[in-house]
Parts: sequence; C-alpha cells; structure tokens
Amino acid sequence: MKAEKLDIPLQPRIHYLNVNYGIKSWLLTTDHKRIALLYLGSITFMFFIGGAAAVLFRLELMTPPGDLVISETYNKLFSLHGIVMVFFFLIPSIPATLGNFLVPMMIGARDLAFPRLNLASWYLFVAGALFTLGAILAGGVDTGWTFYTPYSSVYSNTFVVATIVGVFIAGFSSILTALNFIVTIHTMRAPGLTWFRLPLFIWAHYATSLIIILGTPVVAITLTLVVLERVFRLGIFNPALGGDPILFQHLFWFYSHPAVYIMILPAMGVISEVVTCFSRKRIFSYRFVAFASVAIAVLGFLVWGHHMFVSGQSVYASMIFSLLSMLVAIPSAVKVFNWTATLYKGSVIYQTPLLYGLGFIGLFTIGGLTGIFLASLGLDVHVHDTYFVVAHFHYIMVGGALMGYLGGLHYWWPKISGKVYPEGWAKFAALVVFIGFNLTFFPQFVLGYLGMPRRYHAYPDEFQVLNVMSSAGASILGVGYIIPMIYLIWSMRYGKAAGPNPWDSPGLEWQTPSPPPTDNFERTPTVTRDVYDYGERGRG
Amino acid sequence: MITEREAVAETPGAVAHQFDDFAQQHEASTLGMWTFLVTEIMFFGGMFLGYAIYRSAYAEVFGHASNHLDIVLGTVNTAVLIASSLTVALAVHAAQESKRRALLFFLALTVVLGLVFLGIKFTEYYHKYEENLIPGWRFQYPEGNAHHAAIFFSFYFAMTGMHALHMIIGIGMFLVLGVAAWKGRYSAVYYTPVELAGLYWHFVDIVWIFLFPLFYLLGRHS
Repeated sequence: MKAEKLDIPLQPRIHYLNVNYGIKSWLLTTDHKRIALLYLGSITFMFFIGGAAAVLFRLELMTPPGDLVISETYNKLFSLHGIVMVFFFLIPSIPATLGNFLVPMMIGARDLAFPRLNLASWYLFVAGALFTLGAILAGGVDTGWTFYTPYSSVYSNTFVVATIVGVFIAGFSSILTALNFIVTIHTMRAPGLTWFRLPLFIWAHYATSLIIILGTPVVAITLTLVVLERVFRLGIFNPALGGDPILFQHLFWFYSHPAVYIMILPAMGVISEVVTCFSRKRIFSYRFVAFASVAIAVLGFLVWGHHMFVSGQSVYASMIFSLLSMLVAIPSAVKVFNWTATLYKGSVIYQTPLLYGLGFIGLFTIGGLTGIFLASLGLDVHVHDTYFVVAHFHYIMVGGALMGYLGGLHYWWPKISGKVYPEGWAKFAALVVFIGFNLTFFPQFVLGYLGMPRRYHAYPDEFQVLNVMSSAGASILGVGYIIPMIYLIWSMRYGKAAGPNPWDSPGLEWQTPSPPPTDNFERTPTVTRDVYDYGERGRG
Repeated sequence: MITEREAVAETPGAVAHQFDDFAQQHEASTLGMWTFLVTEIMFFGGMFLGYAIYRSAYAEVFGHASNHLDIVLGTVNTAVLIASSLTVALAVHAAQESKRRALLFFLALTVVLGLVFLGIKFTEYYHKYEENLIPGWRFQYPEGNAHHAAIFFSFYFAMTGMHALHMIIGIGMFLVLGVAAWKGRYSAVYYTPVELAGLYWHFVDIVWIFLFPLFYLLGRHS
C-alpha cells in the first residue's frame, strides 16, 4: 500500500479520461469512473432545476400576499422542488457519483461487479428524469413529493402518472447501483482487505445499499398502486371506496423515512474520510463508527410512524415510534462524538473539504437535535406541518447531505480530474454556502415555532421579516453553489496537476495515478495495514 | 476437471475483466441474483401487506368474493407451476452434467409449462371479464359491499398480474438461454446463467404458492 509511492508519475500519460474520445466512448462506457461523471453531470443538471423552483417560491415568499404566482403554481413549484431534489438529486448524489467512482478504487478492484448494469442504471436514471421533466413541461404536478392519497389518486388534475412513472424508473436505477455495491464489497475486496480494514466510506455505502435494497421496492409497488388507482379508479387508498389512505402513508414512509438515511449515510462516510485525513489521525473508535452506520440503517426502518403522529394512527403505535425515533439519535450522536474526538489533539489542516466537514458536523447536530423535538409526541403536534419541520430536514439534507457531497467532491476532485482546484476560491465558496444556508433556514425554525404552516403561498404580515431573511439567504446560498461549479470546471483545463496523493492519505484510492488508469491499479494492491494509518506515516 | 476449468478460464472473454477468476465471477453473480430476489420479496411484500390488512378488515366480503375464483383452474395452475420448477431444476442439473440435449429439452418443457400457466391464467381473467368482475372497467357485485369486493379484485389483478409479468420475463430469459444452450455455451464448467435463471423461476413459483391459498382457498364458502 505504500511502497509504490515513488513509481507513480505526477501526471499519467494515459488515464481513464483520455484513453479514448468521442460521444460513443462515454455513452457506451462501462468504466465506473466515467459512469460516475455521467451521473455527476446529470444530477448537477437536476440540482439546478430543483434550485430554480426554489428561487421562484422564495421570491413569492418575499411578500405576505400571493402576488408573484397563484396558489396552484406555488403548489407545483414546491412539488417540483421536492420531487427533483429528493429523487433526482439527493438520493443518487453521493452514491452514484463519489460512490460509483470510489467503491471499486477503495477496495482495490478494477471495476464494480456488474459494469453493464451500472451503465444501465444511469440510463434508467436519465429515462426517469426525462419522464418527470416531461411532466413538468406539460404542466407540472401539485401533490408535493409525498403523493398523498386520495389527493394524488383521485382529485389532483395535474400530471401525477407521468411524474410517478419517472420516480419509479429512477428508483430502479438506485436499486441497481445498490445491488452492485453490495456484491462488489462482498466479493471483490483486494487481498488482505478485511471488513474491519475497509474505509468507513465503504461501510456507509454498504449500509446505504441495504436500505435501498429493502426500501425502494416498497415505494415502487406503492406508487404503482397509486397509478393503478388513478387510472382504473380503484379504491385501494381511497376512503370513499373503502380504501385506507393511512395504509398509503405507512407504505410510503416505510421507504421515505429510510430514504433520509440513504441521503445522510453516504455523507457521513465522506466526513469520516475527510476528518481523519485533515486531522492526520486515526479515526476515534473505528468499529463504533462502522457499526453506527449499520445501526442507523436498521433502526431507520423502525421509525417511519413519526411522520404520522397526527394522521390518526393508534396512539400506542405513535408512542413506540416516538421511542424508536429517539433511539436513532444514539448511533448518529456516536458518529458526531467520534469525529469530534478525532479532531481533538489532531494536527488539523483547514483545507476546503474539512471546512465542509466542520459545517456538516455543526449543522447535522442542529438538524439531529431538532429531530428529537419532532420525535416527541406532544411537541410534534404543535409544530407538525410548519416551517419548523422544513427547517429541520433542510438542516439534515442540505446542511448535512449536501455539505458532505460538496466536501467529498473537493476532497476527491484531484483524484477525479487529476487537477488541483483553486483553494482560495473554494474556501470562499464554502463560507458563502455556510452563511447562506444558515440565513435561509434558521429563520424557518422560528417561523415554524411561531406557527407558520408549510406549503402556503401567502402568510400574515408579521412573518415577513423572517421570510425576507430566508429569501435573502437563499440567494446567497445560490451564489455559493454556482462558484464551485465554475472553478471546478475551470480547474479541469487550467488547474495544476494534482499528483497521485495530494493529501498524503493512506487510502487505496490514492495509491494510483490521478486521474487513474481505466483498470484503476497497475497491479492489484495487497493490503497489510489499517486504512487510517496517518500516525505511522508521520513517524516515517 | 480443474484443468478444463483453467482452460476455459484462459479463453478470452470467459471471465469478465473486473474479476480475477471464475470462482469470484460465479460468487458475484450468485450474490447479485439473491440480492435482486430480496428486492423482489420487498416489492411483492408491499402488496401482500395491503392484502392482509384489507383481508382482516373486510373478512366477510373477501371470503365471499373468493368464491368467484375458479378453484379447479387455480389448482391445475399450481400443479403446472410446481412441475415447471421441477423441469427447471432438471435443466440446471443437465447443464451441470454438460448434457446439452437434456438441457435444451428441459428448458423447452419449462417454457411450455410457463405458457400453459399463462394460458389458463388469461382464461380465468376472461371469465372475470364476462362476470363483470374487473374493477374500474366492468364491475358489478350485487351480493355484498361492492366497494370492498372491488378492493379484493383490485388486489387479485394487481398481484396475479404482477406475478404473470414476472413469468413472461422468465419465459423470455429461458428463450435467450435456449439459444445460448443451442450454441453449446453451457457446460459443467460454466452454467451460472442457467442456475440463476432457475433461482429466479423458483422465486416466481414461491410467490404463487402464497397467492394461491390467500386468494383461492382462505375463507372460501364462509
């Protein structure tokens, strides 16, 4: 794992990016690294579509009356934002890009177990995205991302079926990616790479894949039933015909709550790598962090009922769901404490990835603690369906998952592109994102606590100041996202060569040229030591 | 045997480039299929859960509605499907023994049994059409709560329909395997695709083993 260090050239002549050229060499590629870049382009595109919707409704919310858009348009805007961001950005974000790129490299494999399936998953993602974008262009959908019945199956006059078909197809894309990860991690680890030598990024992706495998098929069949109900006027979830809308909510949240962990676990994997690297220290209690990922995946399947405290489900069910929801806080807190303990007395280097990492730790803690508020039965009744909930899950998904994604993108950018990104601009952008994010979402906690309900395009005058703060923050946040996109693309052409291991990390993915050759390694590496062995490197 | 294995392993294209050897490739493919079947269990599981809930909520109507299913055709179909599981197992065995003709024979027999099952299934569907028991299209149910009976038939069509779709995909897989077997692609050294298609087919069978009693037998004549 270390001896080859000297043989690796600063800039390889042939690598995965220039091994062949032309549109066909990309659209028909089975190289996991190229597929990761295809995903990177697609999800960035979807991210800006979802972001554009957010710009419009944040503009609407600058003033108390509904003056920019009518209520129907507003419903379509927040539905579009939710559906695109959840299903077409957050869920694939880290697994399909960084995961696709790094899982084989971190375990010393030449590719994923099923490279053609991997390409197929990208095509499914694109097909799903096209369906959903088609539905948007045709006139949009107004059900919210949750597709609650019977509104979605009977009353909505918008393009529910096309949207659901798109989400359904994209679901299969994530199932195929997860299946590939599980098989690859089980069967293709390099000699000597035991389970407890695996990077925590891999553990996080393994746990994520388990959730995808067990959860996604359930939402697929649930949404299929909604489509059948809508098309054939069935009564499965329609109370007017003897059906049970609560059953839909149970089935939907059985996936969609674990889906939150699909978004956050990979980001936690990124943070584990980044925190150790930039504290130059072994992770504090590797096994606890690894098992915390698995514990989050398992417990995550037992808490869905906390979305339904006011739905009319049994109060005893609510009490148990409340208790179980609080249990998830334990493995999450284990991770936060262990990252902090890793930083403690480390040789901390404040590079951009760590800035995002620190942002993640702080914001995820706020998001997690407010999650405990929401898991408490009495308090949840007060803040249910208010901006408090909106702020809470944006602290997890944007403050957590998206910060992790950006941190990871910067950390592995030298490996992906072979180039160094401009550090000054990157630090500046990280700061802009952090400030913009907090200005956008912290006022929403207050708004929600004061009683402003979510999903309304008009509101009483007394909420205007906080709403204007939030909209102003959103515009700063938008700038913070555009800056990295510009300098990352710029660095691909004009950046300095990064060299194989710019962070001096012992991870396997760094023991090969940047960008890596198509087969990742000159010869399959043999692993003889711990992946976070920063201390021994220092002693030389 | 080992020398033959090595000989095949050295022919170009026999082991995909990402794998080190045959054993690793076989292990990965098998784990991949099992993982896929887990997703299938969860997929059907959502419908089984929904069915179970309405079955207990509307037990009487559901029991009554199940009398409208044809128990003779259902039983025959169960036998046909179990027989097809046997022929698949024999096909896998023939592949492992490098018996090409036997492999082709049993694959063909499986396809025929699968088509017989689908034929009977669509006959049953046609009877439901004639009896006006298709929710959302032609549905009349004077004997009890028509809404609740419609939910029974909604699940009946959704679940048996999804099962039939899986059978159609399985039959397609066996046709593709048949062409490859014709070309002598499979032998004692390499039979993974036959084995995995067999696994899939057994899964589809097991789904039916649960569907049959739940729809046709449970609460009948109550």
